[in-house]
Amino acid sequence: MEWLVAAAIAALTASGVYLILAQRTYTVVIGLGLLTYATNLFLFATGRLAVNAPPIVGDPQAPHTDPIPQALVLTAIVISFGMTALTLVMAVRGYFESGGDDVDLLGPEEEVAKERR
Amino acid sequence: MNHWLILPILLPAIVAPLLALALRHDLTMTRTFSVGSTVLLVLLGGYLTAMASDGVTRTYALGAWGGPVGIVLVLDRLAAVMLLLTATLGLGIAIYSLSGCDKAGPHFHPLLQFQLMGLNGAFLTGDLFNLFVFFEILLIASYGLMVHGGGAARVRAGLQYVMINLVGSSIFLIGLGLIYGVTGTLNMADFAAKATQIAAADSALLQTGLALLVAVFGIKAAVVPLHFWLPGTYANAAGPVAALFAIMTKVGAYALIRVFTLCHGDAAGGAADWFASGWLVWGGVATLIVGTIGIVGARSLNQQASFAGLASMGTLLIAIGGFTPALGSAAIYYLIHSTLAVAALFLVIDMIIRRRTGFGDALVAAPRFVHGGLIAATFFVIAIAVIGLPPLSGFIGKLLILSAIAGQAPGAEGGGGVAGWPWLWGVILVTSLLALIGFAFSGTLVFWRRGSDGAAETAAPPIVVPMVAVGWLLACMVLMTLLAGPATDYFDQTAGQLFRPQGYLEATLGEAGGGGGS
Repeated sequence: MEWLVAAAIAALTASGVYLILAQRTYTVVIGLGLLTYATNLFLFATGRLAVNAPPIVGDPQAPHTDPIPQALVLTAIVISFGMTALTLVMAVRGYFESGGDDVDLLGPEEEVAKERR
Repeated sequence: MNHWLILPILLPAIVAPLLALALRHDLTMTRTFSVGSTVLLVLLGGYLTAMASDGVTRTYALGAWGGPVGIVLVLDRLAAVMLLLTATLGLGIAIYSLSGCDKAGPHFHPLLQFQLMGLNGAFLTGDLFNLFVFFEILLIASYGLMVHGGGAARVRAGLQYVMINLVGSSIFLIGLGLIYGVTGTLNMADFAAKATQIAAADSALLQTGLALLVAVFGIKAAVVPLHFWLPGTYANAAGPVAALFAIMTKVGAYALIRVFTLCHGDAAGGAADWFASGWLVWGGVATLIVGTIGIVGARSLNQQASFAGLASMGTLLIAIGGFTPALGSAAIYYLIHSTLAVAALFLVIDMIIRRRTGFGDALVAAPRFVHGGLIAATFFVIAIAVIGLPPLSGFIGKLLILSAIAGQAPGAEGGGGVAGWPWLWGVILVTSLLALIGFAFSGTLVFWRRGSDGAAETAAPPIVVPMVAVGWLLACMVLMTLLAGPATDYFDQTAGQLFRPQGYLEATLGEAGGGGGS
């Protein structure tokens, strides 16, 4: 199972990083999403993987998983979800304001063309 | 427990939603509450700074859950000074925005308050995960402020800024995950104590986690080669927003100081000693050189100011990377000075932009504009402060750094990476000279050369309110110059406190036993 989780995190991270390096904002947003999924999974796994064990420490001898990473993941999910929504809004606004979804800053030529329009 | 500690977070956290929800349509009330809140924050910062001057590290355990389990806020000298600096800057920005910048888009004041809340929280927290949370709060607010006013170029630059910081947040979380996985704690003091006791097999994981944290703080602090977001962001943001962002890079610097003084030295024998080996000095030198090249080669005033901010981060990082108490003290002085100076520079450039219709901040000869003389004089004074010429605090800051570097000349104990001090002197002095040339060039071009096509003078934008804001920041710099003696004493003690973290550890972890008392 550890191998499986590690491979999943690795695949998500690799795809995320690949997509973040793209030229178009939409692709980058998808890449950021994948990267945050990978991060959340990783954070979840830092409490060590345990099957069929509750995240509640009642009797320290009984099987349990570490509850703190789960709480951290919850916070991280909320934040990353909100951030992805915000990035999408900004990407859409950027598309309508500049007429393209290129990631680069406007070059001097583009700015001049924009002003003339 | 001392309830004053949570007020710097609570006050803006209450005012911001009030502004956004209840007072949305009432500009006068919005402005009154926003400025009132920042004035209170300044008073609060002053009070906390005075309170922290006795050298006792105070903690505040939220919900009375003490020790390494609960959420703690910690107030020591450094945190108090940073709170006062944030509030001082916030007041300047709030006053400046009254001249009309806050009407360029919705929600300027609520976002400003949220940003101040995030900053204050980041300076107060004693917990790595809450550092992440407060980073996110201040970043979310800064995303909104970044695109304040709109425009294609600004939104594009804002998008880049958001993306880089989202990647940074992911790296931050992975680093935190590694640290938690190895040490089982996220409380900074507890982490510093436990870092010594980890199994040898885990030390590589811990080092990786710390290296990832350095990468994140490096992105925030704009260390070359992680600086690429800074020039585009600052140069495209609205004037007061760029001025507020002057403290954003300092948050990265603060986090570097906080985390690595705690886990350095006796507290965490060797786990983080590589930080003290001076590599950050090299990053600082590279940042300083790139920033200075930018100052000389800039094609617009805002670009020049952005690179001036980058260069000041370079000088600061050299001082932080040297990692000795003397350099730490100089670094804190220079940090405060450079925040105020760069912020004032952005504000005065915004005043210029609003008067040069059709030319903006481009470095070309343009017709004369109204209030040219007064603004030129202000620009001159601020440029002197930014470059580090006498008589303002920039000179004292650089002098302190240079003398601290000389103080650990070859042979001195623990010189770390700054042992080769003659060439560091050379770098800092030559870059100062180049910055002087860059600003002399731009000042001459903007204020003295006249464009051939003498366009008609436009209606005069407000001058009094912006000058009050710039004057406030300038007055603080003058105060820092006049009170340089007491200030450096305070910062010496601050650095002493930082480099002997036992007090911090005892205060934070000691709460575990008697949590919730008093």
